[in-house]
Amino acid sequence: MMRGRWAAIVGAMAVPAVGITWALLPGEPRVRASEQRIAVVDGPRDDRHVGLDTTFFAPAGGGRAPAVLLAHGFGGSKDDTRAEAERLARHGYAVLTWSARGFGRSEGEITLDSPDYDVKDVRQLIDWLARRPEVRLDGPGDPRVGVAGQSYGGGISLLAAAYDRRVDAIAPQITWYDLAGSLFPDATGRGAANGVFKKVWAGVFFTGGASSTACGRFLPSLCAMYQKVAETGRPTPEAIATLRRSSPSSVAGRIHVPTLLVQGQSDSLFPLDQADGNARAVTGAPVKVVWFQGGHDGGDPETSRIHGLVTGWFDHYLKDGPARASSGPTQGAGGSAQAPGGSTQASGASAQAPGGSTQASGASAQASNGFTVTRTGGIDSSTQRVVVTAATARRYSGLSGTARRALPLDGQEQTIQNPAGGSPASISTLPGLGALGGVSGFGTGGAQLDMPGQSAAFDTEPLGAPVQLTGSARVRVRVAGGLATLFAKVYDVGPDGQAEPARRLVAPLNVAGAADVALPAMDHRFDTGHRIRVVFSTTDMGFASPARPASYRVSVDGPLTVPVDPALRTPATPLPWWVWGFPAIAGTAAVALVATGRGRRRRGGERGDAAVPLEISGLTKRYKNGHLAVDDLSFRVEPGQVCGLLGPNGAGKTTTLRMLMGLIHPDAGQIRIFGEPVRPGAPVLARLGSFVEGPGFLPHLSGRDNLELYWKAAGRGEAHMDEALRIAGLGDAIRRPVRTYSQGMRQRLAIAQAMLGLPDLLVLDEPTNGLDPPQIAEMREVLVRYAAEGRTVIISSHLLAEVEQTCTDVVVMHRGTLVAAGPVSEIAGHDGSILIGTSEVDRAMSVLTTLEGVHAVEPYAPGVLVRLDGSAPSVVVAALVTAGVPVDRVTPHRRLEDAFLTLIGEGS
Amino acid sequence: MNGFVGDQRSGDRAYRARRTLPLRVEAVRQLRRRRTWITFAVLLALPWVLAAAFKIGGSPSADANTPGLVSVATAGALNFTAFTLFASAGFLLVVAVALFCGDTVASEAGWASLRYLLAAPVPRTRLLRQKLIVALAYAALAVVSLPTMAMITGIYVFGWARLRVPGGDAALPNGTALTRMLIIVGYILASELLVAALAFLLSVATDSPLGAVGGAVGLVILSNIIDAVTALGHWREFLPTHWMFAWTDALQPHLEWTGMLKGASLSASYATVFIALAVRRFRNKDVVS
Repeated sequence: MMRGRWAAIVGAMAVPAVGITWALLPGEPRVRASEQRIAVVDGPRDDRHVGLDTTFFAPAGGGRAPAVLLAHGFGGSKDDTRAEAERLARHGYAVLTWSARGFGRSEGEITLDSPDYDVKDVRQLIDWLARRPEVRLDGPGDPRVGVAGQSYGGGISLLAAAYDRRVDAIAPQITWYDLAGSLFPDATGRGAANGVFKKVWAGVFFTGGASSTACGRFLPSLCAMYQKVAETGRPTPEAIATLRRSSPSSVAGRIHVPTLLVQGQSDSLFPLDQADGNARAVTGAPVKVVWFQGGHDGGDPETSRIHGLVTGWFDHYLKDGPARASSGPTQGAGGSAQAPGGSTQASGASAQAPGGSTQASGASAQASNGFTVTRTGGIDSSTQRVVVTAATARRYSGLSGTARRALPLDGQEQTIQNPAGGSPASISTLPGLGALGGVSGFGTGGAQLDMPGQSAAFDTEPLGAPVQLTGSARVRVRVAGGLATLFAKVYDVGPDGQAEPARRLVAPLNVAGAADVALPAMDHRFDTGHRIRVVFSTTDMGFASPARPASYRVSVDGPLTVPVDPALRTPATPLPWWVWGFPAIAGTAAVALVATGRGRRRRGGERGDAAVPLEISGLTKRYKNGHLAVDDLSFRVEPGQVCGLLGPNGAGKTTTLRMLMGLIHPDAGQIRIFGEPVRPGAPVLARLGSFVEGPGFLPHLSGRDNLELYWKAAGRGEAHMDEALRIAGLGDAIRRPVRTYSQGMRQRLAIAQAMLGLPDLLVLDEPTNGLDPPQIAEMREVLVRYAAEGRTVIISSHLLAEVEQTCTDVVVMHRGTLVAAGPVSEIAGHDGSILIGTSEVDRAMSVLTTLEGVHAVEPYAPGVLVRLDGSAPSVVVAALVTAGVPVDRVTPHRRLEDAFLTLIGEGS
Repeated sequence: MNGFVGDQRSGDRAYRARRTLPLRVEAVRQLRRRRTWITFAVLLALPWVLAAAFKIGGSPSADANTPGLVSVATAGALNFTAFTLFASAGFLLVVAVALFCGDTVASEAGWASLRYLLAAPVPRTRLLRQKLIVALAYAALAVVSLPTMAMITGIYVFGWARLRVPGGDAALPNGTALTRMLIIVGYILASELLVAALAFLLSVATDSPLGAVGGAVGLVILSNIIDAVTALGHWREFLPTHWMFAWTDALQPHLEWTGMLKGASLSASYATVFIALAVRRFRNKDVVS
């Protein structure tokens, strides 16, 4: 019993308990941070003294640990990277964050990651790190160090790796390859000189720091350059040269450290082609390219995924990687070719051989190459966030994919207008509309506007199968009507003709005649039945476009070439283990719960005499509240008997009958019906008809329906409906719902129900309650006749008269115990004793003790009790009268009644 | 009352435990109840009431504060159906399911008819099984009847239109949308299984139908309240009702299965344990009602 309950509790708790242990997470250790101003010297002639505001985070584990330099984005400061710095420090890195010159509380001017300024600063920060006792060294003055940062900080990561060979790994994010190409993009591939001015982004970039002066903290020469190009909208060669010097494109081929490139798919400032350039700029070292959902336009920052990738990258190349690499003789041509600063320390750490030489480290490098594209699914309703899955491939495929599909484009030559003044302009994405661009994937809808008459659209046929475009689709465009500035974009057109921008990106081009156009790089799935639409429009709000009104005729030559990368595979969304685990645990728990709960049913298996309708032996039942309802009760009932179960209220009659029906479980002893032990649902119960403790009917059904449905539910053979209905004697009321019946009607219906199958053993509990005297008489007759046919009837009652009049046998109970059992004639009837009521007891005694045929005489108020032995009552009375003793009355004496009345008196 | 003539044999030999309480009989017993009719009447009337409300009050505005499903509720029959489900899944369907499953055993105990069924004898496990099957069938019918009527109402009142995805201009093709509707109804059925099992367990544990139904609904409400405490973090994922609206994942351009799989898994797990507890308890129970 106890064991079973515990099993139940344990089973019920099993499911949540698993969750509890899971949620018990240890607290995070505190990170020790120290702020200091580090003095650096930079400038083209190394004569500019600048103080940099820095914070150093000691590694959580203690000892000497690899270091990470965390750079902030444009317009930010070292405080932006504090959270990530603490995270990395806890993860066992020494982390140095700093505000770049011109930002935060650092001194100096903004120089756009110039090698003459910012890069020199970083080199001196690395010197500083090399002197720290917390930082692990690869050699004298050469700390084990990685550089990471977003945007502006990503640019410095790449440039630092190119200019300082002590850098061991980098993780630049959403940054540029060619700043000139980013601000003057050209989709025809002819370079920034032919590019279209990205005026809004450029303006945000260069005037974001403006305060009392237009240039704010910009280096005046840079500011002057910007003002010049912004005025004309055309790049000068000097501007291109200056921007390019601040770009990894100027050091392409000189970066040889493991590089994790994270680029945003929602980024109109530094689109995916910038990461493509950077991927090709790194040589001789593993490169992993990640396209995530965020970017400068907003979108899901996927913070935890990016953090995980960066940490994993550094763990591999700072904690493990370079140690292996430096053990090999990998110093090669690539190593000596770099170091423009000339002051590079001897270091094997970053000197992996270029060209993918197959050193021991090559294998691990190979394993770490790769391409990850995150893709949005739907919204997870529990978190209300977009589900983002990551598709991965072993190698980066570039913007032209690992395979290409040519899809014919449909569309005549179309004439489009350039509005005077370039206004109104189409809108794709604008800085500051970041949130808008970010949610475009699931549609706030309609913000990308193509002005009427300004755009030419070319559609593919509806796709027969989904196409996953990964990279930069290409198309050859032909323009007649002079040099045109056009903006190419890609739409996804649904089966209902509704066009959504695949991404809010445009590829601008200056073209006269024909040109091959690289459409915006993206990852987008075009579903079956959708069309891919290429749009050329004459304006875009983010770009400078000619003010002169013009009209062009635009057509496409040949198909749309769509790059695909089938190697990119999305692993099935990882479901938590419990999605499969819980049902399994629950199933096991359920089996355990059901299996351990069977103990009580097993007791009392032996069979008895099949001819005995009812045999009860040692029956005991104690209720949960401690009340001992039945105490060691034993009796048997023979075939053909009408047995009365007699006792006052609370004697245990009903409890006994409930056990007889298998409704409650005895604590001890057993009940056998026709020899079969009774337990809940025992088939032998089918030979039992019962009416116990009142009727039980479905109140909404008629009496007849109740009987019929009950019989169908009983799973037995023929019902004796007509006879039963006759017993019920309800007349037309049988068709009314039971809820309209009186108590007596329900009572009769219930007795009829008990007799429906002519059971061999009929048990009726207080059957005459609520019946009127004629009905009682009738019922008595029915029961007597029923038993006369060889069946057995048990009637429980607290009324002696009823038992006496109906029953052949009687069992008397009191307080759960058997008081008496036997034929009524033996127990209830007189046993040869008579009571003589008289006022003169003493005289009567003296007369009777001498009388022949009298066995015994005793006083019995208000008279004497006479036990006869052969003598007739009339003789006794005659003797008394003769002797002159007054006789008030003569009654047979019943021991049973005597006892029973006493019991009733106690009970009531 | 001329007594019994003819067949002197008992019904014993004809008794087959496997024939006791056939599903058809139990279904009829429950079908004729007033509460069955009222429940279905409410469920079938609700779409009309909602449609009338939209007709009188005008189509919902599309301002930023209106939940997505509401703002497109009148776009067409499919959207109206989705909205009707959204409006009723949290409470009305819970009550309906709890009613059918919580009332089934407890009301028999209340009427005292339970003891006559058990003494018939219908084996206890079988009685639970048959009752559970019928109760689940009625509950499922109730859950299905609502979107069915909503669809009919929607076609009649708002006409047929593509399923517009909340929060966007995108519309799903009809074939896809109908599949999604089936998925949604299927998921709601799966998630209500938990409510059904809980109500059933309470139904076995108590003799009061009101206690069983009210208890189940109350526990669902309690779970919803706890679910609103975001400080519990991913603990909330294991609350019985946490995934109750995961079916809205099917109303997006990209069908998202994760939430529904989690919800179905949790629902099935809880339901399995609850039903096992119900069987265990009922089998050992002293039926004293």
